[in-house]
Amino acid sequence: MGSSNNDEDCREALHRIYHFLDGELTPERRAEIEEHLNSCSPCLQMFGFEAELRRVVANKCRDSVPTSLRARIAESINHEHEHADPRAAT
Amino acid sequence: MADQERFAEDTEQFVGSLYSAALRMTRNPADAEDLVQETYLKAYRAYGTFKAGTNLKAWLYRILTNTFINTYRSKRRHPEETELEDGEDFYLFHRLGGLEAAAAGRSAEDEVLDSFTDDEVKQALESLPEAFRMAVLLADVEGFSYKEIAEIMEVPIGTVMSRLHRGRRALQKALHQYGMARGLVAAEP
Repeated sequence: MGSSNNDEDCREALHRIYHFLDGELTPERRAEIEEHLNSCSPCLQMFGFEAELRRVVANKCRDSVPTSLRARIAESINHEHEHADPRAAT
Repeated sequence: MADQERFAEDTEQFVGSLYSAALRMTRNPADAEDLVQETYLKAYRAYGTFKAGTNLKAWLYRILTNTFINTYRSKRRHPEETELEDGEDFYLFHRLGGLEAAAAGRSAEDEVLDSFTDDEVKQALESLPEAFRMAVLLADVEGFSYKEIAEIMEVPIGTVMSRLHRGRRALQKALHQYGMARGLVAAEP
């Protein structure tokens, strides 16, 4: 902890935090960061927070679908099906 | 080639997430319903061109996004909003630091996050300028990859990453405002 080598590792980890959380890193890079997180609790805490924030945003941005919408979709597709332009079928 | 007869069955599972995305885009339930209906109709008409076995959800989101941009945005004459005040990285985390120390527990920040209501999180996301809002929505809510988002929004991957980066910072700032308003987090010193 506190060596210049470690500071460099922290910078590198935080620089790639979103690529890591987004699953956009190569397995090698991912393993390097995981190794760093195993030995650096400040970085682990930061990663944990950002991951939790993302879960919260995803979970809280759901809405119940109005029943009328499903009916409207089915109706417009049925209508389209019955009046289909023969050219559109190819 | 996808079979049009199977369209309803194949796409039914995506109504919920498309409706949520449409709500975040239009910020209006009536427009969101129209947008989703229009998306399904266009998708049905074009289903013969969809390559079965490829990413159906991403294909539907691309139609949704195009329809929104071409119809609803121009109808409302929203200007192309690309300006976004720059913030710092890890905005929210840095401001919860003091709180975390006071509560002496790692879960203190998580508790703050959990105490945001659905409406607060939705409004925070909807407060972002459109280009940033869509990038954050597609990545953080829908879990699309950078490549998929680039295809859905028809922009280069570098643009996706920059919009995500700036959009996430702005989202944290907006959440912090709600947190301060409700006394969940300390006001700025």
